[in-house]
Amino acid sequence: MSEQKGMFGASGTGDTSGYGGLERASISPTSAQRPYGSYFDDIADQLERAFPEFHDAIEKVVVDRDELTLYIKREKLFDVAKTLRDTETLRFEVCLGVAGVHYPEDKNRELHAVYQLLSMTHNRRIRLEVSVPDSDPHLPSLVEVWAGTNWHEREAYDMFGIIFDGHPALTRILMPDDWPGHPQRKDYPLGGIPVEYIGATVPAPDNRRSYR
Amino acid sequence: MSTFASSRETTEGTIYSVTGGDWDQVASEIGSAKEERVVVNMGPQHPSTHGVLRLMLELEGETITELRCGIGYLHTGIEKNTEFRTWTQGVTFVTRMDYLSPLFNETAYCLSVEKLLGITNDVPERASVIRVMMMEFNRISSHMVALGTGALELGAITPMFFAFREREKVLDVFEKVSGLRMNMAYVRPGGVAQDLPEGTVSHIRDLVKDLRKNFKDNADLLIGNSIWIKRTKDVGYLDLAGCITLGVTGPVLRSTGMPWDLRKTQPYCGYENYDFDVITADTCDVYGRFLIRMQELEQSLRIIEQCCDKLDALDGAPVMVADKKIAWPAQLALGGDGLGNSLEHIRQIMGTSMEALIHHFKIVTEGFRVPAGQVYSAVESPRGELGAHLVSDGGTRPYRVHFRTPSFSNLQSTSAMCEGSLIADVVAAVASIDPVMGDVDR
Amino acid sequence: MAPRRIGMGLIVGLEEKLPSGFLLTTVEKLAGYMRKNSLWPATFGLACCAIEMMAIGSAGKYDISRFGMEVFRASPRQADLMIVAGRVSNKMAPVVRQIYDQMTAPKWVLSMGACASSGGMFNNYAIVQGVDHIIPVDIYLPGCPPRPEMLMDAILKLHEQIGNEKLGVNRAKIIKEVEAAALASLPTHQAPVFGSKAD
Repeated sequence: MSEQKGMFGASGTGDTSGYGGLERASISPTSAQRPYGSYFDDIADQLERAFPEFHDAIEKVVVDRDELTLYIKREKLFDVAKTLRDTETLRFEVCLGVAGVHYPEDKNRELHAVYQLLSMTHNRRIRLEVSVPDSDPHLPSLVEVWAGTNWHEREAYDMFGIIFDGHPALTRILMPDDWPGHPQRKDYPLGGIPVEYIGATVPAPDNRRSYR
Repeated sequence: MSTFASSRETTEGTIYSVTGGDWDQVASEIGSAKEERVVVNMGPQHPSTHGVLRLMLELEGETITELRCGIGYLHTGIEKNTEFRTWTQGVTFVTRMDYLSPLFNETAYCLSVEKLLGITNDVPERASVIRVMMMEFNRISSHMVALGTGALELGAITPMFFAFREREKVLDVFEKVSGLRMNMAYVRPGGVAQDLPEGTVSHIRDLVKDLRKNFKDNADLLIGNSIWIKRTKDVGYLDLAGCITLGVTGPVLRSTGMPWDLRKTQPYCGYENYDFDVITADTCDVYGRFLIRMQELEQSLRIIEQCCDKLDALDGAPVMVADKKIAWPAQLALGGDGLGNSLEHIRQIMGTSMEALIHHFKIVTEGFRVPAGQVYSAVESPRGELGAHLVSDGGTRPYRVHFRTPSFSNLQSTSAMCEGSLIADVVAAVASIDPVMGDVDR
Repeated sequence: MAPRRIGMGLIVGLEEKLPSGFLLTTVEKLAGYMRKNSLWPATFGLACCAIEMMAIGSAGKYDISRFGMEVFRASPRQADLMIVAGRVSNKMAPVVRQIYDQMTAPKWVLSMGACASSGGMFNNYAIVQGVDHIIPVDIYLPGCPPRPEMLMDAILKLHEQIGNEKLGVNRAKIIKEVEAAALASLPTHQAPVFGSKAD
């Protein structure tokens, strides 16, 4: 997923540790192959049966740490969501919300929206993930499928700039209405100020030298 | 006849600016306009809105035609802050979101971190039992605030005194065990920060008897009270379909009759080994939710008693995971100077083990590394399902922390509950949802 | 502290117009005694500190009604003391200012907790780094959250301050002195460290 360079937060001439050239790559979970294990196979089968275009809709299936994540294409998101909610054997009646995640290194797939679904009838959990490019951050709104996603989508818009088409009132919810920028994106600074002590100043958390 | 008041057209209709003297003329003009809407702002600073919540009501007389919530007045950017701190330091941030139930925030976060690390089964049993016990005490203290402030907002002042009196006793337990009354940062990834001091378990057993007796004070005041019933019965109605589509969980969902409690359906921290009931009501109104909260207090006491028995059996067991590369070093203990690192640990790192010294240094400054991936784990907080969605990129700091907080989702339902009812019912309905604004805005 | 705030030009009554002297000192003592013994707080609980504030008001152990303060007035017009309890976000800042402006003189501000005093642990885009960026503060109370006993200690210290407040010409004199000292002082990070020669 990402490569980490260096050992401490500083770089350039500030870093005299000699660890500046250290590169660490981390391995993120890869696409899983069938059989997925536990109830995930069942879900995949039911979804294929109920939604024949399942294979065009899915980009990737990840089974990691006992959790199933389906990466869905954004054009099919609404239909997949509706199928997941309405099919008797799937019945994901509760959507626990949308989270945005910003991956700036993932070119053309920077903004991810993660939907956490819960089926109370079958006592199962599943996750849907959709990625959209920064240049065209539009996603279909799922407010018609689960009314509870209303505020969550507003928060994803406020914090990340993901625009949900079809949302009844997509406005800022946590920040003041005229706030510029989307705070939780990685390119938005933390915004702290240096703290003054007697005789010294400590810079804000994102500017400090830290052991990473 | 022309009026002296200036008017301007907006998207909401005509707005008249009245400067006095011309009121009769303007009033007659407005009266002839088709729509007459009064917009009232129950602003962020209000004694009855449970925190910095802004309610914008459109009224027709005393009935509400439309209600909108304005939130964000307590947005702290906690989620972004955690991206610049180690995984363990994240606990101190996360604990301040839902400040009435800090241990639940911490536990949800730590369960997620442990899932990412893959050490869920390595967390010692004593740590899990302590977590359960502290969480149930937190549930009691949170419900006490909910009952006390809910009653206060409806005009009943005495229940608040009784509730806070009992809450102080629970906060004493927190102080004894973790050092702080609120926002303790006690539950850490891998276990808990320190073991229970001597005599805690017997203190708790006595306290449970005391609490059981004193909960009757509030119950006697409110349960059969005809004024209370009139104010809360059939108020804030939200049925099962409404709850499910809005993603509402917790006592509000259980008041519709649905026995959904994560402690029973998707147990964590060993909850499957405890004997307790899931309380439901079937009236879908504020009175039902109030009864549920009162009865959940008793169930929490039952669980705490079982925890005490288990703790006696597990006396002396570790409270932190064994892996030294993750475990927060130096179980804190009462040192010579008050509170500090335990002397045995200092003796060990300075005298015997170089490795322990290195671990201590690296874990505190750099933090442990968590393999990449994303995880979601949920706990049943007093308000509903509290879920922590964590994304790791393999480093020592979280890549993204998102909390699915119950108050945020539950508060969406105020419009559904209150439109068509009276203003006084809004206060009751919001009190029954029991939102904590730190939870809503994070 | 108080003179700094009076510098905004508040004339509160006859007591401000007395000439300096024995009569003024007696009036100061009387006015201070009256004001401090029945200080009504405004409900301005924002976050976690608000819960400790509620505990001090309603839990039996920490009863502040012994000081005449258990009446938390919802309306700022009727309140004397604004206890800013909790973190002030950027969205909430104009509201804080508006409530402060709506309070009638004499008024005092107690900034409770680390977040209200300095932004606390939240040094970021969303939180005002100290409510003294927006309103003048009379007494700062650190803690996260401060125990009810600490809040009571701060309130009692504030009571002392209020009891000793000067009026009229004495007040104007103190304002001048405080302002001169403030203009001559160094910023915190250049201030001399304790124990150094410059101390």
